[in-house]
Amino acid sequence: MQANSPASAPDLGAIQEVIEAYSHLEGPLLPILHAMMEAFDHVPEDAVQPIADALNIGRAEVHGVISFYHDFRTLPAGRHIVKICRAEACQALGANGLADAVLTKLGISWHGTTPNGAVTIEPVYCLGLCANGPAAMIGDKVVGALDEAKLERVISEAGA
Amino acid sequence: MKIYLSQDAVARALGADAVAAELARHDVELIRVGSRGMTWLEPLAEVEIDGVRHAFGPVTVSDVPALLAGTLDGHGPTEEIPFFANQTRLTFQRCGVIDPLDLDAYRAHGGLKGLERALDMDGLGVVEEAKASGLRGRGGAGFPTGIKWETVAKAEADQKYIVCNADEGDSGTFADRMIMEGDPFSLIEGMAIAGVGVGATKGYVYLRSEYPDAIRVMKAAVEVARANGLLGASLLGKGPAFDMEIRVGAGAYVCGEETSLLNSLEGKRGVVRAKPPLPALEGFLGKPTVVNNVISLATIPVIFEKGAAHYANFGLGRSKGTIPLQIAGNVKYGGLYEIAFGLPLGEIVNDIAGGTRSGRPVKAVQVGGPLGAYFAPHQFDTPFGYEEFDGAGGLIGHAGLTVFDDTADMLGMARFAMEFCAVESCGKCTPCRIGAVRGVETIDRIAAGDMAAKELLTDLCETMTDGSLCALGGFTPYPVMSAMTLFPEDFAGAREAAE
Repeated sequence: MQANSPASAPDLGAIQEVIEAYSHLEGPLLPILHAMMEAFDHVPEDAVQPIADALNIGRAEVHGVISFYHDFRTLPAGRHIVKICRAEACQALGANGLADAVLTKLGISWHGTTPNGAVTIEPVYCLGLCANGPAAMIGDKVVGALDEAKLERVISEAGA
Repeated sequence: MKIYLSQDAVARALGADAVAAELARHDVELIRVGSRGMTWLEPLAEVEIDGVRHAFGPVTVSDVPALLAGTLDGHGPTEEIPFFANQTRLTFQRCGVIDPLDLDAYRAHGGLKGLERALDMDGLGVVEEAKASGLRGRGGAGFPTGIKWETVAKAEADQKYIVCNADEGDSGTFADRMIMEGDPFSLIEGMAIAGVGVGATKGYVYLRSEYPDAIRVMKAAVEVARANGLLGASLLGKGPAFDMEIRVGAGAYVCGEETSLLNSLEGKRGVVRAKPPLPALEGFLGKPTVVNNVISLATIPVIFEKGAAHYANFGLGRSKGTIPLQIAGNVKYGGLYEIAFGLPLGEIVNDIAGGTRSGRPVKAVQVGGPLGAYFAPHQFDTPFGYEEFDGAGGLIGHAGLTVFDDTADMLGMARFAMEFCAVESCGKCTPCRIGAVRGVETIDRIAAGDMAAKELLTDLCETMTDGSLCALGGFTPYPVMSAMTLFPEDFAGAREAAE
């Protein structure tokens, strides 16, 4: 599957389905956006107007919310997202050097995607594994006590 | 053979699921539990021997045959390990002990007694009990929980809300995560008691997306609670209505600030609101809302189970009860340590945590997350309490302690604090939005040898402290100024350019 293939653009029916599943909630916008991410790996541009219509708010408001939060992306990322913790407790255990080394080896910078489209590397500020760092998260799986070899293994298992 | 194996995120991050899969191939009764908090032993397996749980860890897949044969070296009875034995576990009494989703086990270990008692009281009685316990907000601000409840209780409205702040974004803290993964019903029970106290019928847990395990456990626990009549049209079938939902954050640190959290919950940008109005009067959707931290709410059941006086009996001065210390960073024995307030910082770092994992001398301890001050070893006699840390120029925050050895570059840490503030600022107020960016630039000037920039940085920090709308801009000067004041040698300039 090509993550960036235009063929993966979701149709409006699928978008409408996601919106309708959550619009009854109090404060439905974040749940809707999370569901878009779950369904399409990004929040498609085509979803902004239907969301605005359903919630009776402006397009700008929807755009503002999407752009405010780190979790929401408007373009597909790599097939796997690896989040490496940059926060203080992991820094105390050498996270800076670890992240630098891995990024250099992959030849990308933060938020970058490997050329084969397999892995996007994102920074994250704390995964709550602060006594067992350095830590990272692949999809929704957390890993701790990382060193360069272990992190590289995790990333290569993801296909990078 | 009965084996308890941790399924806390820390244990899973270190391979517990593979151990569980291996154990499942053998004839054992495997119970997945939360964490006992001794994270250097994770994945921790406990084998019941003559009714007493014995600790083995860290356990790997290749240890399983020896574990089953009884030939694996262990640590003896879990609760006799000094790190565990010396604690006073009230909030965390069940964490690591029971299957987190087993409501019968929860009840068998004292659960729901607090709610039963609260249901025999009127709202006012519940609020008075919370006040009498002396419990203060464990999220960091330290505001008396009972007084917040009283404000909401007295407000007139057709709908009130209980909102749990589970946006535990501070580095070095994981108590919220651990209790949600290890004893989720204690949070649900605490929120239900709060609902009874203030007359709220709906609760929300705003849980950060970086905690997938906690999200899964909390969502499942709410389902179990609902299916068993704990939550719903009538609490335990005899109380008022109360139900709750788990909502997932979206990676914005500032949403741990209560007004920003409320905006986010409403589906808006997580921008901070000016106060007043207080959330207690105009909170979620403009209705009176209790916003409490996970640990504050999860401590409510034990207060109601054992009585406010029992809880208030622990502690130091106006810091009553126990505090779950989170010992993190470069430490030998890290994890969660619940103890009465009052322990000197040095005893925590040197005796309990055993110093650094690297074996090098401790250089600094950051207390209270990314917005907390650094402490140097000469301040290690500071007792752990709200006022005591305030007096020493810091804060206890959410009680996370991040230890650094002597390789730490404190100018680098100060720069990181400003950089983090710039990345996470909601953008509403100028001192935070612009100040953080200028802060990074000014620290770079100091690094390049411009000593006059130190005065500028001090001035900038004063502006951020006095002029910011919330703690993000207002407290970022704590780590910055403490680093510069305590470690002037790291700010002496003429450093080699950063790679």
